[in-house]
Amino acid sequence: MADTAQQLSTKHLLGIKDLSTDDIHLLLDTAHTFKDVINRPIKKVPSLRDITIANVFFENSTRTRLSFELAEKRLSADVVNFAASSSSVSKGETLIDTVNNILAMKVDMIVMRHPYPGAGVFLSKHVNAQIINAGDGAHEHPTQALLDAFSIREKYGQVEGKKIAIIGDILHSRVALSNILCLQKLGAEVMVCGPTTLIPKYITSLGVKVEHDLLKALNWCDVANMLRIQLERQDISYFPSLREYSMLYGLNKKILDSLDKEITIMHPGPINRGVEITSDVADSKHSIILDQVQNGVAVRMAVLYLLAGKRI
Amino acid sequence: MQQSILLSGQKFQITIQRLCRQLIENHHDFENSVIIGIQPRGIYLAKRIKEELQNIIGIDNILFGELDITFYRDDFRRKESGPLVPNSTSIEFVIENKKVILIDDVLWTGRTIRSALDAIQAFGRPEKVELLVLVDRRFSRHLPIEPDYIGIQVDSINSQRVTVNWQETDQQDQIILLTEDNN
Repeated sequence: MADTAQQLSTKHLLGIKDLSTDDIHLLLDTAHTFKDVINRPIKKVPSLRDITIANVFFENSTRTRLSFELAEKRLSADVVNFAASSSSVSKGETLIDTVNNILAMKVDMIVMRHPYPGAGVFLSKHVNAQIINAGDGAHEHPTQALLDAFSIREKYGQVEGKKIAIIGDILHSRVALSNILCLQKLGAEVMVCGPTTLIPKYITSLGVKVEHDLLKALNWCDVANMLRIQLERQDISYFPSLREYSMLYGLNKKILDSLDKEITIMHPGPINRGVEITSDVADSKHSIILDQVQNGVAVRMAVLYLLAGKRI
Repeated sequence: MQQSILLSGQKFQITIQRLCRQLIENHHDFENSVIIGIQPRGIYLAKRIKEELQNIIGIDNILFGELDITFYRDDFRRKESGPLVPNSTSIEFVIENKKVILIDDVLWTGRTIRSALDAIQAFGRPEKVELLVLVDRRFSRHLPIEPDYIGIQVDSINSQRVTVNWQETDQQDQIILLTEDNN
């Protein structure tokens, strides 16, 4: 490979929807080299040394925020963190004002998580900075989908042709939507599984299979991506009790052992142990949950590197 | 595009052998030395040098690594074409207190070598770093960097290009000077 340059077709990363299949492959390939970098004795490269990035989180996060911050620091960017709970947002400042004030301090990129769907798209139209969506309500969570695809590719060599079941609270999940779009663009088959009340009515228009029986879904898939029940987004009761949900849709060792094949277990975190997945499954050799976390840093480095490279 | 051949055939092989002899003079049995080729095109030369050294001194355990400098370049965000696609780095050892021989095919502005000096820091603090190049485009440096071992020196102007072809990829070993037509 000579000195070839390639770039993403988008200026922002607002959702998987805007990415082409080539974009996704470029991101995953670049993430692969960054995974090498973060496993070296010195895990840092100077690529983004003249870039300042603000992590603006209007919603709680552990993994995503830490992961972005590590990715930024390992690329030598300057980082400022902003959490809405301890800011002037509680004094009534609007989103645009908040972000413009941050940008006035000469920030180049904004990584934002927000409880409202489309917040990133809105912001990208009104402020002059590159926006990376770190989750907007129940809409998209593109970097999670990319790291999930990366983890599947790492495990199986490719995503194309694989069968992935996304199991749990599909209705409130931004991970589900981004994953469906990303996996389909890479040529995988996707099934969603959960109680009727937690499956969006028109989900089949995305070309996914729908299943309400956990065992059937597990028997069909190569990879099961278990999602958390998002109680904080549920305004009404979607099922009688957590105990009942856990009995019908919780993944445990017994069910896993009853399958006649080995499947890979993924979970975007945070895990509610004993609800959607039991500890003996989450910590088993089938689980690649912690690989996903490590891959998250590499994938986010790729996103930041490729987006930052677009600015001249 | 006009091209003229600067070096090929037997002379090319003799040059490689001379570089090896010079290396042996300074590194003896390579016990504390490592060879690191710079991606992408320095790798071919580095491999050739390594093989030739093994033929001459008969040891096959010279430490060998491949270094990609993409993330260390100083022109990130300054290229119209967008970010460069990285190659792989594979250095399976620590270079702490080792004598590092950096190898690239063509030395021009010196910026690649500056990036490489930056990049190898991630693998430890070497005792010494030396630079071996097959072609030195002299009087064209942007930085105060000079090679320790030189295949041939070439006088060229900025609009010209110097490329090295390898038997492995281009069917024959040769150094070519490419000149843009003026019409």
